[in-house]
This record gives sequence, structure tokens and C-alpha cells, in this order.
Amino acid sequence: MSYLSVLFLRPGAGQDVGRSCILVSIAGKNVMLDCGMHMGYNDDRRFPDFSYITQNGRLTDFLDCVIISHFHLDHCGALPYFSEMVGYDGPIYMTHPTKAICPILLEDYRKITVDKKGETNFFTSQMIKDCMKKVVAVHLHQTVQVDEELEIKAYYAGHVLGAAMFQIKVGCESVVYTGDYNMTPDRHLGAAWIDKCRPDLLITESTYATTIRDSKRCRERDFLKKVHETVERGGKVLIPVFALGRAQELCILLETFWERMNLKAPIYFSTGLTEKANHYYKLFITWTNQKIRKTFVQRNMFEFKHIKAFDRAFADNPGPMVVFATPGMLHAGQSLQIFRKWAGNEKNMVIMPGYCVQGTVGHKILSGQRKLEMEGRQILEVKMQVEYMSFSAHADAKGIMQLIRQAEPRNVLLVHGEAKKMEFLKQKIEQEFHVNCYMPANGETTTIFTNPSIPVDISLGLLKRETATGLLPDSKKPKLMHGTLMMKDNSFRLVSPEQALKELGLTEHQLRFTCRVHIQDPRKEHETVLRVYNHLKGVLKDYSVQHLPDGSITVESILIQATAHSEDQGTKVLLVSWTYQDEELGSFLTSLLKKGLPQSTA
Amino acid sequence: LFQYCLSGHPTLPCNVLKFKSTTIMLDCGLDMTSTLNFLPLPLVQSPRLSKLPGWVLKDGSTFLDKELKECSGHVFVDSVPEFCLPETELLDLSTVDVILISNYHCMMALPYITEYTGFAGTVYATEPTVQIGRLLMEELVNSIERVPKAQSASMWKNKEVQRLLPAPLKDAVEVSMWRKCYTMPEVNAALSKIQLVGYSQKIELFGAVQVTPLSSGYALGSSNWIIQSHYEKVSYVSGSSLLTTHPQPMDQASLKNSDVLILTGLTQIPTANPDGMVGEFCSNLAMTVRNGGNVLVPCYPSGVIYDLLECLYQYIDSAGLSNVPFYFISPVANSSLEFSQIFAEWLCHNKQTKVYLPEPPFPHAELIQTNKLKHYPSIHGDFSNDFKQPCVVFTGHPSLRFGDVVHFMELWGKSSLNTVIFTEPDFSYLDALAPYQPLAMKCVYCPIDTRLNFIQVSKLLKEVQPLHVVCPEQYTQPPPSQAHRTDLMIDCQPPPMSYRRAEVLTLPYKRRYEKIEIMPELADSLVPLEIKPGISLATVSAVLHTKDNKHVLQLPPKPPQPPASKKRKRVSDDVPECKPLKPLLSGSIPVDQFVQTLEKHGFSDVKVEDTAKGHIVLLQEAETLIQLEEDSTHIICDNDEPLRVKLRDLVLKFLQKF
Repeated sequence: MSYLSVLFLRPGAGQDVGRSCILVSIAGKNVMLDCGMHMGYNDDRRFPDFSYITQNGRLTDFLDCVIISHFHLDHCGALPYFSEMVGYDGPIYMTHPTKAICPILLEDYRKITVDKKGETNFFTSQMIKDCMKKVVAVHLHQTVQVDEELEIKAYYAGHVLGAAMFQIKVGCESVVYTGDYNMTPDRHLGAAWIDKCRPDLLITESTYATTIRDSKRCRERDFLKKVHETVERGGKVLIPVFALGRAQELCILLETFWERMNLKAPIYFSTGLTEKANHYYKLFITWTNQKIRKTFVQRNMFEFKHIKAFDRAFADNPGPMVVFATPGMLHAGQSLQIFRKWAGNEKNMVIMPGYCVQGTVGHKILSGQRKLEMEGRQILEVKMQVEYMSFSAHADAKGIMQLIRQAEPRNVLLVHGEAKKMEFLKQKIEQEFHVNCYMPANGETTTIFTNPSIPVDISLGLLKRETATGLLPDSKKPKLMHGTLMMKDNSFRLVSPEQALKELGLTEHQLRFTCRVHIQDPRKEHETVLRVYNHLKGVLKDYSVQHLPDGSITVESILIQATAHSEDQGTKVLLVSWTYQDEELGSFLTSLLKKGLPQSTA
Repeated sequence: LFQYCLSGHPTLPCNVLKFKSTTIMLDCGLDMTSTLNFLPLPLVQSPRLSKLPGWVLKDGSTFLDKELKECSGHVFVDSVPEFCLPETELLDLSTVDVILISNYHCMMALPYITEYTGFAGTVYATEPTVQIGRLLMEELVNSIERVPKAQSASMWKNKEVQRLLPAPLKDAVEVSMWRKCYTMPEVNAALSKIQLVGYSQKIELFGAVQVTPLSSGYALGSSNWIIQSHYEKVSYVSGSSLLTTHPQPMDQASLKNSDVLILTGLTQIPTANPDGMVGEFCSNLAMTVRNGGNVLVPCYPSGVIYDLLECLYQYIDSAGLSNVPFYFISPVANSSLEFSQIFAEWLCHNKQTKVYLPEPPFPHAELIQTNKLKHYPSIHGDFSNDFKQPCVVFTGHPSLRFGDVVHFMELWGKSSLNTVIFTEPDFSYLDALAPYQPLAMKCVYCPIDTRLNFIQVSKLLKEVQPLHVVCPEQYTQPPPSQAHRTDLMIDCQPPPMSYRRAEVLTLPYKRRYEKIEIMPELADSLVPLEIKPGISLATVSAVLHTKDNKHVLQLPPKPPQPPASKKRKRVSDDVPECKPLKPLLSGSIPVDQFVQTLEKHGFSDVKVEDTAKGHIVLLQEAETLIQLEEDSTHIICDNDEPLRVKLRDLVLKFLQKF
């Protein structure tokens, strides 16, 4: 009756920060965690290879559900492709803010790809809409019953608005998937939290596996100083961001700084998403941090005075300015356009506030490349200052360890990180928590054996009976219980043997033994009996030994009677009689009596 | 399973459930109808109220004339209004482990419970319940504290004195239990004991009981609660609605298979249709304004007001009311309007969809933006500058005893052009108006109570089929004013168990099973045998561990190996350690086959004798006999242990073990 649970890790999200898509099989249920796309590719490789999941047969039949952790495209970008083009009609779970924001980012991404780059064979607006119809929104901490056995539960993850960690549970077995998370509260979001749910497996991101980041305040001061200096000397600052998430945190930061320092240089936020994005934050204010939630009636932090909408023409304006532009990795769109305009001037600065995947312009300039080959073989020389400030809200090594301490998993699996860094963290985790830590590559399957205990129904009579015997004088002794496990269909019930017999319509068969033990003792019968009684009483201290008025002795339910030997008066015959249920004691008594009575007991 | 009933008010319940080893309080509603016995607290000195004559006893004695005032034939207590608390003596409230709140109206007594009884547990409620509940408490405290009253009447409460008073004061119950309002620090302390929960979140209490809030469809964040262990389920249904207004619809399916369903918080106006009432509200409002009069709507700062504003939003242009100002006056008006927009996840589907656009879910945002709706913390300050008539004013408190509404009653009461429209069902409008009589102003009663009516209840009970229903006694008979309406009571089989204030009920339920976990090592060691087709049995001998109300079965420890080198010193060392645990046996032994088996095992002198009940098998040489009967076997032998064991094992081969 030992259960086996297997975890397959398949497309995407292995040792790479590209995209997330994980398949978990737990106690016969298949759950896909995230459905991300890779920003560094423009071909087939940008989507996970779903043929890994099942070669033949529909995905809907194979998958019990899909869970999306948050709205970043590397976690949900392939969803319409997956559900509408490959074909999946089952439930997709995500939180309310993710459900609200995800289709907007998908549409934005579709526009850049199809309308600007002219790619075909891509999902359409209608497909995004149809895909979102399959989404079921979940509350934090709500237990969602996917089917009779499978349940999922979302925990707050910080990171971006609506980001969640998910617990997936079947019976006693469970997996926790963190998605991206953040263990320290920032200017607009709270810290991730999970209870001591002791999953069999914790799948955690490890983007910043080796970094222990310096204090948030230092980073913020650094950032403000760099922006301030550049603006002071008349330079322009470009901050590539994604429309939702880090952008709002940095806006709050700059807004308060501008207010305090009474600065006049304009701050712009590109794309029509700005106002809309901020509106989401206002409506989903319950997902932000404590402070913002408490004060929102008096002052809504997402109404900015100093930050205005950007127009394409502003990029050529003279004088200093700060521009937030999308997308965040400089791989396309407005941020890339502005970058090309400003890159040649050493007075300007670009601040990359988050991680960039390989293949993007952002990644290239961060790794020190200063001559970039652009479309049409044109070479762009980067003279502007390039700064990297890790503002993206991922847990660092300390945070990851903290989460493991909170959840107390039996196994840990690292995803969404770089191999070398993960190796370091893996060792640390194994050392400190003494749990197995895995770090599979893309397309690799990790199998973890769990050995769950089996829940059964015990009849209250049996439980009470056994609990009661435990209250007898020696309560330190382990409480032994004897019962019959009845297995019918899928129900397991533990009942008393008597009840089991009764339910099956059977009667008990009594097996009884009576042994004749010969004792050499010339005394009268009743004197012999008394000697036997005293002897047994001395030896069997923990048992109830009684001398009954009719001349017999009982030890618990075992009966001993003495008769004279028909031929030999010096020999007495002891009849020891017991049932099969007292086998050990009966057998022990006969061998004890066979040894004869000690002299001293007279 | 016991239920202690601490409140007699069917819509402001307070019950305590003793379930397994936990003590759970279900709601702590505060009965505010007691305030109707008091004079209103005017914000501005009211000559009319201060001139009311003192009440004189029939015998002419005047010792109560400072405490009691008479107005149009009714007698009122001239003192700070007081509230009727839930019973605090029925059981020791410091033993309450948790309090479950179903909606913001049912938590108003919370500070009295958490701050005065030694309560040391946790309160569970949803986020909107807590936030809006806080607003209601803030408004209550504010409207009473800002009109300090020097006098505090207590003489009339004396039992001997109370006897002499006219009704309804004479009949007021538990007046010695009536208390003044709590303070903001007490509210904050009480609210800090709340832990936020979401719908369908499973909360474990001491490993013994699981509680889960479910959407009840009545108000933002309002919940019903499931209280269950593995084998028994109690549903607590309090303040539920099946109408589509702004909150998330009621979750009915999860209430199925309840052993006991406690039903409270039904509609207080079972004969009024909420939709019809809203229509009447709008037409009366329009008519008054068109005639140049003002409209006063006494209301709570949250709840039905959102729906009324939404109706007006659709109605005002078509009714030609676009230029009429709407004022919402409450210390928490702004907060209430703001908070209503941020609880998207707790709203009905239509409103949720709006948030995805993203647009504010309630149209009052637009009313505010277009200046049609203005909100003020009180009549003082900006309001007095902006105030234009004719207008519509929404303000509290619906009891008309305190809050800004008192001012408008005094101001507008004298003119028949004006109308007061009652929409909140908690107070009798005639009682509420009594201290303002005589009135010239029109009074319209449009109570809007979206909670379940008796038709919906009977449908619900048919749907979820609880084994037993428990409800306040008021629901088991028709309302006193409509004794012939037998349709206005709960009708179910078996008939509901009813309770009244200060009663203790023993709830019917029978528990036969408990959950236990079998550790994997033990599970591996079990040998299941198929006894009948589809039924397998395995005997289990194991060690029981119980911790935190969870039971676990483990492999028994292996007997320690006796050290080989040492010889045992005393016989008693050999006494069996644990009680021997042998299975029960069943089956019967066919004599022929048994004899064959004996012969196969080397017994050559087997003889069989028939007896009345079976057979005796004799092994002559060994002086051993075996009695075989239908349901028993008896082996009688000399003390030859190897022989006995051999025979035993042969017998056991024919029998099944349990």
C-alpha cells in the first residue's frame, strides 16, 4: 500500500531564466505550472514544446489543470498559443489581478510581434479573449477543489501585483510552486508568506541564487543619486521597464524624491498603458503593502503629480528628462527606439532595473558590449552610461532559505536560475536543511518518491477503547491497539474485530486450550492451590491474579484448577485453560508451572 | 455538541457552539433597538427637545422627571443611548477559543466581548467585513461622542421603578445589561484580534475542527460558515441573500450534507419585495423633489446605499433630477465610497468584469466625478457652505437617535413638502419617529431587506437537505402581527429546533468514526485478504500515538533483543511485555479434512467420536483430545508444549483471522 508520486519537469524553466513551464504529476494528477515564453527568441523556441507532455491524445484529457503564478510574459506569454493553437479546454487558474492584467500584456506583446515585426502564425486578439474565458480566478488562501481529489491554494508572493505561490495537493501529498516571489516588502508590495504546510516538494525560483542583496534603502539611494546627477548635468535618463510592476515602485520613489527636492525636470511614462496600469493598482489596492492600503483613502499612492504621459516627439526635446519606457529588456518597442536615439551621447544614462534574458539588447549592453549590430547591419555605438540596478523583486539566497524554513518541504527543486549559481544554492540548502535538492535541466524529468501515510476511518468505539486502556497505571507504555482494517471499494475503515465479524455476518470461532500440568506436592489440594496462587502473584506483578472462592485461580482470563492425581497422591494436576486470544500468557503460565513451585513460597 | 444562545434577536445573533474540544462563538450582534427608548441626541441645541415635560407617575410623584421625558404620549429616557448586549453570564466567555463573524452588521458587540470578558482567542472575518465593520463602529462612536451628555439616567432601571413605567419601557428586557457605547481605543483593540480569511479558506482549529467561510450573497464579504470535523458538519447560515445585488452570489452547494444547519438572519420584512421597494423609493424621492421638498434617507454608511446610488444613477436623468444635489453625510462617507471600489474580488460577476477593464465597479464614482453626489464628514464645515435645497440627504443613524440625521429631522420635520424615506429594516419606523411627533413631514416606509424570505428558505433547505435545522424561535411561528400567515415561518421535516435568549441546546448528532493515519511502514506490513468479493481485511496490531487531536498508528516497536551474554536472573524477566494481541477467529473445521491433515502430519492413532454438537478427535497415544464444534474448538492435552503448538497451528489453518 505504498504510494508513488512522480514529478516530471519538462519544457522550459529548468536551468535558465528564459521561460517557465513545468509539468507536475502527483498521485495520478497532472498539473502544468505556468506557460511562459522566452523573450530571447523570435522563432519556435520562444514557446515551450508541448509535445513533451503527450505525444498523442489531447492535452485537455491529459492535464487536470493549468496554474499561472503571475502576469509576466515569461510565465504566461504562451498561454493563448497553448490553449487556442495547440488546444486545451480545461481549467486555467490565476488570481484576480493576474486575470485582469495578463490579457493586456498579451495583447501588447501580440501587437509588437505581429503588427510591428509583421510576423504571422501567431495568436490573435480573439484567441487571447477565448483563452481568458477558460480562466478561473482564485482568492488568496481559498481552497479550490479542482476535482474530488485535487485541490489548490494560492499564497501571497509579492513580486508583482497579483503574484501568487500555489500549493497543489492530492490526499496527503503536496507540491508548492513559488513562481517568482519576494521575501522583503518594497514600496508598493508586501513580502511573500506561506504557512508551515510541509510539502513533499517545494519548487522554487532561484533567479538570484547567489546574491545576497544589500539593503533596499542603499539601492534606492544609489538609484536616486544616479538619476539626480544625470539630470543635473543636463542628461537624459532612460529606464526600460515593464508597464506593470517595477515601474510603479520606481515611480513612487521618483515622485516622492522630486517632491522633496523640488526638481523640475520632467518625468515621463511611455505607452498608453500608464494610466491604465496605475488604475489597476488603485482597484487592486488590497494586493499592495500594508502602508499603501492603510492610507489609500487619504492619499492614493498611484496618483502621480510629477509623472506625465510620454509622446514620441518628446525624445528629441533638448534638456534633461527621465523616461520610463516599455519593454524592460530593450528587445523591442518604444524603449528600444529611445535607446537608439540617446545611446550616442555620454551625458545620458540607461538604468536597467531588472534582469535581461540572453539575446536581448539589454543583456548585451549589461555584459559590456558597446557596439551593437542592429537591424539592417547598422552598427550602434553605445556611449551613454549603462547602469544595472537590481530592483526586480525576486528572492535572494537569503529569501529562498527563509521560504524553505517557513514551508518545511521534504524536497526542494530549483528552477528559473543559472546552473552555476543554482549549484551553490543547492549545496547550501542540503547542508542547512538536510533535504534533497534537485536542479533539473530543461526537458529533464525528476522523480521523487514519497511515502505518504494512509488516512483511514477508525470506529469511535475502537479508538475510545484503546485510548482508555492507555489511561491505566502504566500510561508511558505504548498504547497497543488491535483492529481489523476493512477495505471495500476505496473506503478504508478500521474497526474492532468483533464489529468486523458482525458486519460480515460471521460468528466467532472460539479456540480454547486446556493443559494438564503435573506438580509434585504432597499437601492438600487447597494448600497447593494457595502455594500456586502466591507464586503467581509474586511473579506476575502487572497482572490481575485472583483466588476465587470455588478454589480456582484466575490470571486475567486464564483459569487454573487443581485436582488430585488419580493414582499418585503426591502429585497434583493443574488444569490451565485459556483461549487463543491469551495464547502468550497461557503458554507462559504452563511453562512457569512446569518448573514447579519454589520452596520458599510455603 | 451544545449551542449556547446569547442573543434573542434573530438578525443580530450571538451563539456559542461547543464542538468537539473547541468553543466557537458565532457572531456577536448588538441589539440597538434599545436606543429607541432614549431621546435623540441633537447636534445643535434643540429647543423643542429641551422643553419636553418630565414624566410624572400616576400618583403624582415626580422623582423620575429628570430621567424620563414625555413626547406625544410616549416616554423616553433622557440619557446617552444604551445598547442591549448579548448574554455574558450563560457561560464563561474567557473560554471562547474563536469568534466567527458572518457580516459587518453582526460584529457590532465585538468590543464588549473581546475587551471585557477575558477573551483571549482569535476572531475570524473577511477583509471587507473588517474594513466596513470598522467604519460602522467608527460612525457609531463618533456620533455618540461628539454630543457629550452630562446626564446618565439609571434610576428608572431599578426593577421596582421599571414596573411602574408605561410600555414599552416597562417591558424592556435585561435593562441592567444595557451598556453605553464603547470607545475608539476599544474598537481598535477588538479589531486587532481579527485574523483575515478568504472564502473557501480552510482554517484548522487545534487539529480537531476545521472552519470555512462561504459567500452568503448578502453584503460585501458576508459569509456563512462551515464548522466540521472529518465526520460531522455544522453549517451556520446567517444573513444570506439569493438576490443579485452587488456582492458575490451565495455559495449553496457547499452547505450540502450538513448534520446540523443553524439558520439565522432571515429577512425582517418577509412581505416586502426588495425590487418593488426600490421602485417606490425612487418614485417617492422624485415626487418630493419635483414639488420642491427635501428627501431624507436615514441609512447605514455601507450596504444597501450602494445599490440605491446605483439605481439613482440610472434613474436621475430620466426623472429629470440631474440638477438636484445628493448629499451623503457621515464621518466615514468618503472611506465607505472608496472602500467599495477596491473589493473587486468580493463582488458579483458583472462588477468584477468592470474592474478588468479597468473601471471602478460602482457607478457612484461617476456620480462623484460629475458632482451629482457629494459627501461630507458632518453637517459642520464645508457642507454648510455647499448646502442647497431642495436636495436628497443620505445620513445615519437609521434609529434617528443620534448622528446627523437628528439635525435634519428637526430641520425638515415641520414642512409637509419634505419626505423621510425609511429603507433600513432594523428599526420600526413608527418607533423611530415617536420622539419627533407631531410631524408635518411625509413618511414613507420602503424597507429593503435582501436577506432570505421563507419561500427561499424552504427551497434552500430542499436543496441542501440538512439532517436537522436549528433557528431562533421567532422563525417557528408566524409573525405576531400576522398570526394567520402560516407561510411566514420555517416549514421543514423534521421540524426545526428553536432557541431563545439564554437557552442551551443539545444539538442532535451521532459520531461513529474518527480519522486516523496509518504510517507507511505499518501499511507496508499489512497483509490484506479478500474475505468476500470486493471486501478485503487486514488485521492491524499497532501503536497508537495521539497528539494535537490527531491520531497516528505506527509499527509496534521491535522487542529489544535480550543481550546474549547475560543469563537471565529472575523468572519475572520473562513475563510477556505487552498484552498479547491475538486476532479473533472465525469459520468452522470440517472433521474429515482435519483428520486427514492430522494423519498427514504423523498422527497415526486418530479416532473420531460423534457428540451432540459435533465431534471429538482423540489422539490416544498422546492422551490428547480435541473437541470440534460449529463455533468452537477445545484442545485438551498434557503439558507437551511442542505438541500443543503443532495442533494449534493445524487448527488455525482452517480458520480466518480478524
